[in-house]
Amino acid sequence: MFAIYKRELKSYFYSPIAYVILGLFFVFTSILFMLGNLYSLSADLSGVTSTMGFLLIFFVPIITMRSLAEDRKNGTEVLLATSPVTLTSRIVGKYLAAFTVLMSLTVMSMLYPLILSAFGKLSFSLIASQYLGIILLGMAFVSIGIFASSLTENQIIAAVLGVVMLFVIWLLDAVSVSIGGWMGKVMQWLSLTTRYQDFNYGDLKLANIFYFLSFTVTFVFLTIRIIDRKTMTQG
Amino acid sequence: MIEVKNLSKFYGKIRAVDDVSFQVEKGEIVGFLGPNGAGKTTTMNILTGYIPATDGIAMVDGYDVSRHPMEVKKRIGFLPEHPPIYLDMTVKEYLSFIAELNKMSKQKYESQIKDISEIVKIGEVYTRLCKNLSKGYRQRVGLASALIGNPEVLILDEPTVGLDPIQIIEIRRLIKELGRDHTIILSSHILPEVSAVCERVIIINKGKIVAEDSPENLSKALNSASRFTITVEGSAEQAAGIIKTIEGIKSVSIKTQDKIRGELIIESLEQFDIRKDVFFRLARNQIAMIEMKLLNMTLEDIFLQVTTHEEGGIS
Repeated sequence: MFAIYKRELKSYFYSPIAYVILGLFFVFTSILFMLGNLYSLSADLSGVTSTMGFLLIFFVPIITMRSLAEDRKNGTEVLLATSPVTLTSRIVGKYLAAFTVLMSLTVMSMLYPLILSAFGKLSFSLIASQYLGIILLGMAFVSIGIFASSLTENQIIAAVLGVVMLFVIWLLDAVSVSIGGWMGKVMQWLSLTTRYQDFNYGDLKLANIFYFLSFTVTFVFLTIRIIDRKTMTQG
Repeated sequence: MIEVKNLSKFYGKIRAVDDVSFQVEKGEIVGFLGPNGAGKTTTMNILTGYIPATDGIAMVDGYDVSRHPMEVKKRIGFLPEHPPIYLDMTVKEYLSFIAELNKMSKQKYESQIKDISEIVKIGEVYTRLCKNLSKGYRQRVGLASALIGNPEVLILDEPTVGLDPIQIIEIRRLIKELGRDHTIILSSHILPEVSAVCERVIIINKGKIVAEDSPENLSKALNSASRFTITVEGSAEQAAGIIKTIEGIKSVSIKTQDKIRGELIIESLEQFDIRKDVFFRLARNQIAMIEMKLLNMTLEDIFLQVTTHEEGGIS
């Protein structure tokens, strides 16, 4: 697993993808930070972090699109499948590599609270909760991205699929309000967005943490099943 | 070492491999011969644990592929038809990655990779990106990756495809060398290749084994001296007239005739070898024969023969 993790991570940073994403991510979040915090003299980072969550809808699928799709297309899947490595550790290795790239974004964005701390005292616990939220949301999003990448051998389709899936999940919250009733309640419960906003306002709930973790595990598991299924039926 | 029993693989209604059984002993070099789509690659993919069989058992070193895939994968070095190379890595990185996949320690694999690089002659491209390698070098890097971890069994799917003639000779020599301490299965659709390298040949057609023997016996059975061409100086017609009278002749036909020489195709009955007679008769009649060549059977001929004339295969 570690060998695959290492290779994947290297390849992210060999290709321009990681850098392009880093760059774009900082352009967007920096503008937000400047307008929302520096210009308006506010120490509340929730604007930046909640928008960061929204941006991940587009960035995560770009990070994960090649993860499994490329192996299938280039035939390198044969190599992994015939090496003494289990399918689970293959997928988990790839998952962790994509997650690490995302984490590097998150860690670098900690520059913002650092800048703010130069001007006064910040609520450390609130920021910790916001970052925990971002990390958990990222985990769940990467699992969806990897899942999308397992469905096709075309990277672009994988990215589009990922964005669409994440977007639907993101909108679940808004739609649930207009639907209402028990259906709305179920959707609300399922929604990642509502739970993410809890973190953003400093409301730590164990149930939410568990929800994000089990969401991630579910989609990693589904990815493993998909790849297993595809090798069963291929030529 | 390798035991395959009643192996079948269906893709929907298409039978890619149909009730195939064979054995490979330790240290043997066995060739799979067959046209495209015969089921060679599918059989190999099943043996390496890449795809599951629909029915039947494949065992490597006593381990069932479907039940103990990890044990089998540890023992097999696989070179698929298209070498599965990560193009964004250098040769060195790629081979190190393979070694790490095989859970080797760094001290151990570094020296092994050096040895292997020498054997397959990739030392000069060692630090280059795989993306920039020619087809021949990619094939060698693929072969190198199959050798890492020193697996007992090597499975090579069309190892010489896309190489130039010199490289082909080198790779064949290399495979023969490796055959001293490895069990090797290789596939090919080129008959001379298999006969040059392998000790035993398994001919597959439409998912079934149609013949299985040593290349010598196969050649004897299939490539007998019953068809050959000769070139004579002067009139081919005159030569044909003389040859017609030889005992055991089946047919003589004139292929080409120009001012200086003529070429004839001669076919004898199977139990006769009339080449000597042809030579002496022509000599006695003052006709100079300047060339005699056996018409080697192509793979297509063999298939035709195996599948139509000798039903049940040659053994």
